Amino acid sequence: MNIKNKIKIKVNGKRLIFDQNTTVDKLTKKLKIPLNKVAIELNKKILDKKKLKKIKLKVNDKIEIVHFIGGG
Amino acid sequence: MKKKDYLKIDKKNFLSRLIVGTGKYKNMSECAKAIKISGAEIVTVAVRRVNIVDKNKPLLMDYIDPKKITYLPNTAGCFNSEQALRTLRLAREIGGWKLVKLEVLGDKKNLLPDMIETLKSTEVLTREGFKVMVYCNDDPLMAKRLENAGATAIMPLAAPIGSGLGIQNKLNIKIIRDQTKLPLIIDAGIGTASDASMAMEIGCDGVLINTAIARAKNPFVMADAMRHAVIAGRKSYLSGRIKKNIFGSASSPSKGLI
Repeated sequence: MNIKNKIKIKVNGKRLIFDQNTTVDKLTKKLKIPLNKVAIELNKKILDKKKLKKIKLKVNDKIEIVHFIGGG
Repeated sequence: MKKKDYLKIDKKNFLSRLIVGTGKYKNMSECAKAIKISGAEIVTVAVRRVNIVDKNKPLLMDYIDPKKITYLPNTAGCFNSEQALRTLRLAREIGGWKLVKLEVLGDKKNLLPDMIETLKSTEVLTREGFKVMVYCNDDPLMAKRLENAGATAIMPLAAPIGSGLGIQNKLNIKIIRDQTKLPLIIDAGIGTASDASMAMEIGCDGVLINTAIARAKNPFVMADAMRHAVIAGRKSYLSGRIKKNIFGSASSPSKGLI
C-alpha cells in the first residue's frame, strides 16, 4: 500500500482513509449509504446529491451524512 | 353532507389533529405500531448522523413510509439559530421537506425555548421558503411576533418537554387562540388524555405528543386514548358547551310528577 496516495478525511466525526482522487459518490458507495434517504455536507456546505461524482475528496475534508431518526 | 373538519396546515388537509413524535420508543416497530393506532398523519422526526459503522441498523423510513405519513423534521437539540438552520437545510436536502418544526432551546434543564433565537430563525427560514411550525413559549406577544415573521403554525408548550404536567397557563393559550388564525398546536408537556382534551376544548387546532405515548407503560393503549381524547376535545369545542352555573338544573321534568 502506497501511503502517499492516501488521504485522511473525517466522516461523521470518524477518521477514515481513502485513495487520493476518491469522489464523494465513491465514498457513499463504499459506505453503502442509501442516497435517497440522506443529506450530505462537505465542510459545512450541503452537496447536491446529483453532483457527487464531480466532487473529489481533499485532505482533512469533513463530511457529514445525516438521515431521519425518531424524535419529538 | 357536512363538510369534513380538516386540520389545514400549509394548504394541506389532515383528518387527524394529533401529531406524534417518533422518539423514545423501545424500537422502530413499537413506534410504527403506536403511530398507526394514534391515527396521526404527521410525525416529527430528528436529523442525526448516519451510523457508518453499523450499516445494518434499522432506518426510520423503512418503518414509517414518508409517502403515507407526513414527516415533520425538527431541530431538537439545537441551542442556537445557526445549528437550527443547518439542521433544517439538511432536512430539506434529504428529500424536499419544506414543512418543518423549529425548536431552538435555551435551557438544558427545563428545555424551554430561546425565543430570541427562535424568532431570528423563523425569519430566515421563511425567507428561504420553509413552512415553519414553531415550538414556542406560551407567550401571546412572542406568538404574535412569530406570526408576523411568517410562521406557518404556532406551537406553544403546555409545560416543559417530556414533563407530562399538562397545560400550565390556560389563560395564555386562550389569548393566543383569540389573536391568531394560524394553526395553533400544543407542543410539549402533555401527560395524559385529559390534557389533550383540554387543549382541544380551549380551541387549539391540534396537539403534538411524544413522551406521554412513548413512555406510557402501554404505549399502544395510550396512543388510542390520545386519539380519542383529541377527537372528543375537538367535538366538544365545536358543539358549543353549556354555560357553567352554580345552581342545579333538574334534567327530568317536574310536570306529571306523582
